[in-house]
Amino acid sequence: MSMLSFERKYRVRGGTLLGGDLFDFWVGPFYVGFFGVTTIFFSVVGTALILYGAAMGPTWNVWQISIAPPDLSYGLGLAPLMEGGLWQIITLCAIGAFSSWALREVEISRKLGMGLHVPFAFAVAIFAYIALVVIRPFLLGAWGHGFPYGILSHLDWVSNVGYQYLHFHYNPAHMLAVSFFFTTTLALSMHGSLILAVTNPGEDDPVVKTGEHENTFFRDDVGYSIGALGIHRLGLFLALSAGFWSAVCIILSGPFWTRGWPEWWNWWLELPVWS
Amino acid sequence: MKNSMRLLGAGALLVTLGLAGCEKPPVEVVQRGYRGTGMEQVINPGTFKESVAANQAPDAIPAVPASGPKAKDVYQNVQVLGDLSAGEFNRLMAAITEWVSPEEGCTYCHGMEGFAADDKYTKKVARVMIAMTQRANEEWGEKHTAPTGVTCYTCHRGQPVPEYVWTEDPGPKMAAALAKHPTGQNIATPAVGYTSLPYDPFTPYLEGDADIRMAGDTALPTGNRKSIKQTEWTYSLMMHFSQSLGVNCTYCHNSRAFANWEQSPPTRLKAWHGIRMVREMNNDYIGDTVDYLPDTRKGPMGDPLKLACNTCHQGAYKPLYGAPMLKDYPNLATQSAGSKQLISASASTESMATGATGGGE
Repeated sequence: MSMLSFERKYRVRGGTLLGGDLFDFWVGPFYVGFFGVTTIFFSVVGTALILYGAAMGPTWNVWQISIAPPDLSYGLGLAPLMEGGLWQIITLCAIGAFSSWALREVEISRKLGMGLHVPFAFAVAIFAYIALVVIRPFLLGAWGHGFPYGILSHLDWVSNVGYQYLHFHYNPAHMLAVSFFFTTTLALSMHGSLILAVTNPGEDDPVVKTGEHENTFFRDDVGYSIGALGIHRLGLFLALSAGFWSAVCIILSGPFWTRGWPEWWNWWLELPVWS
Repeated sequence: MKNSMRLLGAGALLVTLGLAGCEKPPVEVVQRGYRGTGMEQVINPGTFKESVAANQAPDAIPAVPASGPKAKDVYQNVQVLGDLSAGEFNRLMAAITEWVSPEEGCTYCHGMEGFAADDKYTKKVARVMIAMTQRANEEWGEKHTAPTGVTCYTCHRGQPVPEYVWTEDPGPKMAAALAKHPTGQNIATPAVGYTSLPYDPFTPYLEGDADIRMAGDTALPTGNRKSIKQTEWTYSLMMHFSQSLGVNCTYCHNSRAFANWEQSPPTRLKAWHGIRMVREMNNDYIGDTVDYLPDTRKGPMGDPLKLACNTCHQGAYKPLYGAPMLKDYPNLATQSAGSKQLISASASTESMATGATGGGE
């Protein structure tokens, strides 16, 4: 199999975190490594359990299949397999698979001699998931606070949990998360269109443009250009902030706030300046 | 190193400030639906304890025999409670004094012209209120008030005027021009859970019978002309329910389909009847007292102080957390002949009709 130009540098021995040389090999274009093995293990077991749960459930309608967490009465203990135990094992498998993948990314980054930006970014997404199914349930005292694994059922959970706090858009961390999600989308679209524009010049001037043109365009357009390197740092910050504040907004809801989110803002009305 | 310590310090300060406006764990959660659906009530144990302490029923006055001469034969001008024995009648009068005017005493209602005279407006109002209470227990018992039941104390709590009452809200005086019409919105009041929603959800829904249901019943927009504006009014009423009962939206609704009765908890049916009960009370009972009420008992628009959900509930999902006070005062559980007569025939048949069919929700 032919190699991509950067693969020569990537396909070097070493840089592993666990397993030494034992798993330090490739299958076709794919690096395996100790964490590649654990990724496969956890994802196969987890997926098989989801299929098992679906088989034991009332429907094969892919939209309606749902693996629900235990009743709150089980607290932080183990539940019988068909009463939420399946959800508990699948959650373990999911965390195992996601973390393994992140650690495999670390090994590859070490082989490439680059920073850990990619695994770090993925770790923020994993943190958001763990916030939902481990941290918040732990703080509330029952695994039953996790969300069910189903295409529609998890959306129903999101809706009802939002309405537990009357109006979730008043949640300050939710506000931050939503703003970051919108901003990261805006930044990506502006950056993407700029790159498409400079690399696809018109017929009048068929020369591909570089950084000077990029900067000039945005200086003319919005008065400022963050630069070719800066936009990638900004993009990373915006995207990770979106995921981070999402995790914060749901951890706050319940463990740290039990009433409607609109009422939280009463601290503003009660500031000594005017109250 | 120094910089990272500073960063850490700033981060810790931000977290502390952010959480300062919050509550602290542990909290209690009550599951009210199938696991994993998020049908749950989230309770702060500290706040709940305070609410329970604030919603305690008083001890009942020892019962007296129902035999003996009737009140209407012993006393004069007893229109509603005439069929009680004189002993029961006096026991109820003592209870009402304790529930409504413990400091003012008998003379809060009974004036210089003797106990039988109707010289004070408070006495005339009290008569209407007793009739209203009896109807709330008999006619609305199965639908809304049983088994807890309603007594004077449910609302009054030892005060001549219950703490939570409302009058039509003309809103704040606004500047002219564009700012003049906030369309009833953007005033943070407890009535609507401090949202920016319309601040008077009472007049249209708990006195009038404006449509509460907004969702269409077809998948595609086939003629449902309800607007966002109207929907916000509905939401403001829902915020009032939530604040009054100390519950969240999932107490009555599965939010995956708010309007669907099959997916709603049975509590929603209680609330549906509750809306109609309060409408009837505000129109047929309290509405009729406006003729003799003094201005101090009316709002800025000249309407009497009226009921809403929090008048009885006061932050509890069942008034007084379900303390069954009524069983100690059976004279308030059924409508006496005088009680039925008191309300003009036209008014009560009219509201019975709207109670059965009014609104679309």
